[in-house]
Amino acid sequence: MLSALEGSQAVARAVGLCRPGVVAAYPITPQTHIVENISKLVADGQLQCELVSVESEFSAASVALGAAAAGTRAYTASSSQGILLMGEVLYNISGLRVPMVLTCANRALGAPLNIWNDQQDSMAVRDAGWIQLYCADNQEAVDTTIQAFRIAEHTEVPVMVCVDGFVLTHTLEPIDLPTQEQVDRFLPPYRFDRALDSRNPLSLGTCVDPLFFTESRHSQHKALLRSMQEIVAADSDYAGIIGRSCGGVLSVVGPAEAEIAILAMGSVCSTLQEGMQIFSQERVVKLIKLRAYRPFPFLALREVLQGVRELVVLERAVAPGSGGIVGMEVRSLATTMNSPPRIHNYAVGLGGRDVPIEIYPRLIEAVTCATEPVWFEIFDVEVERLPIEDR
Amino acid sequence: MTIINDAAVDVEIRKAVLRSKLKERHGVEKSFPRRRKEEPALAELRERQPAFRGLEAGHRACQGCGEALGARLVAEAAGPDVILTNATGCLEIFTSPWPQSAWRVPWIHSLFENSAAIAAGIEAAMKHQGKATKVIAQGGDGGTFDIGFQALSGMLERMHNVLYVCYDNEAYMNTGIQRSGSTPHAASTTTSPAGQERMGKRHLKKDLLSIIASHHIPYAASASVAYPRDLRRKVRRAMEVEGPTFLQVHCPCPLGWGHDGAVTIEVARLAVQTGLFPVVEFERGEVAGVMPLRNPQSVTEYLKRQNRFRHLFSNDPRAREEREHLQALADRNIEKFNLRGEGMDPLDSEGADTVRRGGLVA
Ligand SMILES: Cc1ncc(C[n+]2csc(CCOP(=O)(O)OP(=O)(O)O)c2C)c(N)n1
Ligand code: SF4
Ligand SMILES: [Mg+2]
Repeated sequence: MLSALEGSQAVARAVGLCRPGVVAAYPITPQTHIVENISKLVADGQLQCELVSVESEFSAASVALGAAAAGTRAYTASSSQGILLMGEVLYNISGLRVPMVLTCANRALGAPLNIWNDQQDSMAVRDAGWIQLYCADNQEAVDTTIQAFRIAEHTEVPVMVCVDGFVLTHTLEPIDLPTQEQVDRFLPPYRFDRALDSRNPLSLGTCVDPLFFTESRHSQHKALLRSMQEIVAADSDYAGIIGRSCGGVLSVVGPAEAEIAILAMGSVCSTLQEGMQIFSQERVVKLIKLRAYRPFPFLALREVLQGVRELVVLERAVAPGSGGIVGMEVRSLATTMNSPPRIHNYAVGLGGRDVPIEIYPRLIEAVTCATEPVWFEIFDVEVERLPIEDR
Repeated sequence: MTIINDAAVDVEIRKAVLRSKLKERHGVEKSFPRRRKEEPALAELRERQPAFRGLEAGHRACQGCGEALGARLVAEAAGPDVILTNATGCLEIFTSPWPQSAWRVPWIHSLFENSAAIAAGIEAAMKHQGKATKVIAQGGDGGTFDIGFQALSGMLERMHNVLYVCYDNEAYMNTGIQRSGSTPHAASTTTSPAGQERMGKRHLKKDLLSIIASHHIPYAASASVAYPRDLRRKVRRAMEVEGPTFLQVHCPCPLGWGHDGAVTIEVARLAVQTGLFPVVEFERGEVAGVMPLRNPQSVTEYLKRQNRFRHLFSNDPRAREEREHLQALADRNIEKFNLRGEGMDPLDSEGADTVRRGGLVA
């Protein structure tokens, strides 16, 4: 049944349906509404869980880690500066192969201080060894959150669900929440084989020297690559029970044979999709919605790029001094293709700059007129507002 | 991958449970029935052997390491139904070189500064699972006074049912003896070296215990490896409290302090007997007990045994000044906690209690 829910509220309800035993979080805009809503569920007796209101994001991630390692399903959420403060713990969680779920309400990183949406925060921890799934709308945020627990627990790799701040977290949309019975059928109770238990003592987090560190990293890397199958399996099992799928590791909107493609992640996909409908007379274009950024779906992506001549990689973060982040990885993938597309890499919507529907025809025009592929540009920068030397 | 599972521990736990049942029935600690009669002295020694060893021998600490001794005593007194966390530091490193582990109790190391937060998470999980397993967080002075202080303060403020044990060896030993907030004034470390211009660390040792006590937690105490009976009693006391408790255990480090590994206990005892390391107990923020000093020693006795204070015995006129300064700090402690007392002098480590070699006699 559809109900009008704010994105954060919908995510909180989805988390509640997964019956976590421990939730730890620290307030930060635009994530705050998620913990507030979970707190309300606990206060109203709708969720039996230990809510730990920690003194920092560093402790939020640590408390969740402790709980999950002790055999209890754990969850945390954060944004921006909070994600960076967690950084050291995030690497630790994945290195220990302890499953848990974190929602990143994507927001820019300061300085300059900015509370609005882009994806610099999750990009900054892209190599922390977490699965990263990006959501195009709030329904996907709900469905992905529920799937994330199963993916994490099957693979022993933690999952970060990336939901664009404000654009999704603070937007009211009609949402279909699955029933508790459906979620229980999809997600069995939490079980962690290496749980801390005084009846079966284990040592977790020991010191590994050069003799085995390489093998340990190798197996972590392989576990992330293997998780690709679990992401797809969880999505199709979810569809079997709940009747909706999120597209596995990636999905394509538009005709498969289109020679122009746009690749994007997160809510901008929804904007582009609408643009495609409104400006359908322009060109035959397909949209590649990249849902899994980690693991990076090389094979699936290469397949959908066959026959594409012009590819726009659109992203909401910048690697200063280098350029695009997703763009760089797509380019490296393209080097393995026989006839790779021309790749135009743009960043848009940094620090909450609005991405209007008109971005779609402007992008298509830009790439079809380009004589050279665009290595990297910030598409919506207004350089005339800057002093000459900074342009 | 980084897991060590020790099935033998089940036997240990069963023994410990049996022991506590025997104790319940007879009111006193009973040993297991033995096949042949032993010499009475040996039998008494056996009687005093710990029922359970949470931290096994064979780890990689330096000889005479105070921290290794402290952790062994804590793990023994705490018993088998515990989960331990460990901050990065010497204890963590020397007990867990993969694929080995010296721990017979569930143990987790995550990072340098989150031992208290990991413990808080485990405790929340125990609550959710309805288990009574006690959670013990461990850290060195660096992981407690300095980098892990925020997480510790948060854990105490939220009243988690966790015992936090700080093994205070007064510097970052694991990384090669750098000064910490716990390093005593004038001590020479690799980042507060004594030289032409400087007389070692310029700042004072942080009075952490008072700060901890100010969190109004049920129980906070200091202890020393030189007084194992006192230390064990404090661990058991803390284990019984429902809520956050804190123990600061003074642990000499032969390598970092510059003394022979054979005199660890002597050095530790002098720290207490001079008043430099007051052994005290707080309940809900108020002083509730102190270890009295019948015959306080001069700080010189303590300082002269350690290379980290060697520069305080040079001809430099500032050397004497600093020695007097340290004596004044000790006198101030004696005054503040009213340590000069007539009560029992708990020189228990001079007996044959536990500070000696040998493992569990089965
Ligand atoms: C964030 C971080 N900073 C620094 C270190 C390096 N480091 C590891 S252990 C340690 C010192 C530990 O000192 P202490 O807590 O007193 O324990 P000890 O080794 O003396 O027992 C340091 C500085 C680290 N592991 N993590
Ligand atoms: S350096 Fe000090 S604390 Fe570390 S193992 Fe050696 S004696 Fe123990
Ligand atoms: Mg230390």
